[in-house]
Amino acid sequence: MTAVGTDDPTVERATAAGAALEIEGVSRRFGDFLAVDDLTLAVASGTFFALLGPSGCGKTTTLRMVAGLERPSAGTVRLAGQDVTGVPAHRRPVNTVFQSYALFPHLDVLENVAFGLRRRRTRDVRARALEALELVELAHLADRRPAQLSGGQQQRVALARAVVNRPALLLLDEPLGALDLKLRRRMQLELKRIQAEVGITFVHVTHDQEEAMTMADTVAVMNRGRIEQVGAPADLYEHPRTAFVANFLGQSNLVPGTVVEVLDGGRVLGVDVAGTRLRVPAARSVAAGPRVLVGVRPEKIRLVGADEQVGTAHDVLRGGTVVDTSFTGVSTQYQVDVGALGTVGVFAQNAGGTPVHPPGTPVALAWDPDFAFALDGDEEPAAGTVDLDDEP
Amino acid sequence: MLRRSRAGTALAGQPPAPAGGRGARRLLVPGVLYLGVFFVLPVGTLLATSLYAPVPGGELGQYTPALRWQNYPEALGAFWPQLVRSFAFAGAATVVALVVGYPMAYVIAVRARGRRTLQGLLVVLVVAPFFTSFILRTIAWKQILADGGAVVGALRWLHVLPPDGRVSATSAAVVVGLTYSFLPFMVLPLFAALERLDPRLLEAGADLYAAPATTFRRVTLPLSMPGVVAGTLLTFIPAVGDYVNSSLLGNSTTTVMIGQVVDARFFRLLDYPTAAVLSVVLMVTILVLVTAYVRRAGTEDLV
Repeated sequence: MTAVGTDDPTVERATAAGAALEIEGVSRRFGDFLAVDDLTLAVASGTFFALLGPSGCGKTTTLRMVAGLERPSAGTVRLAGQDVTGVPAHRRPVNTVFQSYALFPHLDVLENVAFGLRRRRTRDVRARALEALELVELAHLADRRPAQLSGGQQQRVALARAVVNRPALLLLDEPLGALDLKLRRRMQLELKRIQAEVGITFVHVTHDQEEAMTMADTVAVMNRGRIEQVGAPADLYEHPRTAFVANFLGQSNLVPGTVVEVLDGGRVLGVDVAGTRLRVPAARSVAAGPRVLVGVRPEKIRLVGADEQVGTAHDVLRGGTVVDTSFTGVSTQYQVDVGALGTVGVFAQNAGGTPVHPPGTPVALAWDPDFAFALDGDEEPAAGTVDLDDEP
Repeated sequence: MLRRSRAGTALAGQPPAPAGGRGARRLLVPGVLYLGVFFVLPVGTLLATSLYAPVPGGELGQYTPALRWQNYPEALGAFWPQLVRSFAFAGAATVVALVVGYPMAYVIAVRARGRRTLQGLLVVLVVAPFFTSFILRTIAWKQILADGGAVVGALRWLHVLPPDGRVSATSAAVVVGLTYSFLPFMVLPLFAALERLDPRLLEAGADLYAAPATTFRRVTLPLSMPGVVAGTLLTFIPAVGDYVNSSLLGNSTTTVMIGQVVDARFFRLLDYPTAAVLSVVLMVTILVLVTAYVRRAGTEDLV
């Protein structure tokens, strides 16, 4: 599955590309609270899979059920085709990198890494543990205690301690959450490299959409104990199927409208949005009825002069006023007030030559209708937007 | 000048000393005085007494300061069985208390975690026996283990004891009494150690292929070692010198512990040098054993 040089000794010992994971109809109830609600999910072997969702959405509980640390109230967990629902954690070929790292404070780094190998009475324990430490570039700290390491180093020890066992499945429970931003970005690339190198199936739980998109081959967006949508990062970003996904992955401008006509032999929908006619490709609409939420990503929108003529290839929303302008270096982010439709976000790339519009400037918004999408009109347009008070 | 610069270098490599060193030292005065008057001085007197010689032709209990080293071999020759028995009984009681006390401490510290009321109640129950007199409790055990009592009846019925077997006045009764008396000293330090145990480490153990028993042996037990060491010491040391349990629950020949001997020598036979010798030997032996034990347990780098 993963293309790697065969001269790498760590790869030769790797179990062939890890195992596939299937979760079928799994629920987990804590008293009255349904943490995971009839969840079904398939993870192909050898892939880097991310389970993305806000805190409290049930993603960690799902992970713990796969690890065997939590029993499902209902449903089946299968690993490489085998039902492991009732198998206790210590008998599952699964290892976890815990959010808190959970390194054993009474053992040195080497013995922490060797812990799993010793339990399985593997041969060459020392050599293999050192090899795993080299993979995370920490072999020189083998005789230190975890308390003597920095957060980033502890995180890498936790990773080595899991990877060294060559599990069929490696679970990562927000392992980068405690690191500062710069280190987190570096570790993301590092994890991706290691996954490619060892070829184990990785299931990564995170609430950071950028992290999920950077690292994973496949992302499942989870909300309130259910999967909202599964797909490749680009696919999820370009073709969100729910308001939650549209807002949680990047930003979206969602405005309510009504489908009033079908154009171009059924390929394009004409949508009336507060008196303006917009076009949405029929293939990019998941709405069942005529009521829709039309969405356009902020970077797809161009700001033009209030009365500027735009070709028919573009849709235009007029009557906007810039209310906020933030220059971020690579781009300028605008908030544009468009009356009854509320506020629309626009990212203008700082490619040079484009003037910066100060707040108060009257503008029109233009975009290529091919990038517009339509969601079910019954959805809450603000679902999945990041509430600053909610984030940990 | 030179001394000052040396002090400066020494300080540079160390954490800064807390401010107000002189004030802190003044606070130590009561403690030092207390220990000096009530510990160092008596130990000195004890050592001196252990070498006293009887006054020639004097009455019972009349001794004169001397360096009579024979006191030691004489006392040890006469009372080594009681000395050995004391360590054996205390050792057995410590082991039983650890086996009984560890699960108690674990339940209170780990299983009852987060339920403050239950946890508080259980700790109070552990300490509750202290609310009544030590002597009363031991006499109660005498009743419990008496020949006609329920315990003996049950043991006979289970054929653990022969039909005419008894528990009172046996070594077992003394060990049971010692275990009971010092159990709270075992449970409380274990509770303190286990309360700090991070349950996520147990999950990590299970995740890394360790069965529950292995996780206990490789993670829980090593992490609670400071509590085990403190608990066993707090049980063992007072148990070695105890003489209430052996005199109330034992008989006069096969269960005599060294504390009883010291008591009898000192108060009834007025044989002060022998009582002092036995006390010194007891103290030194405990000191040596405890030092070896703490070294062996290797808990320095855990705390």
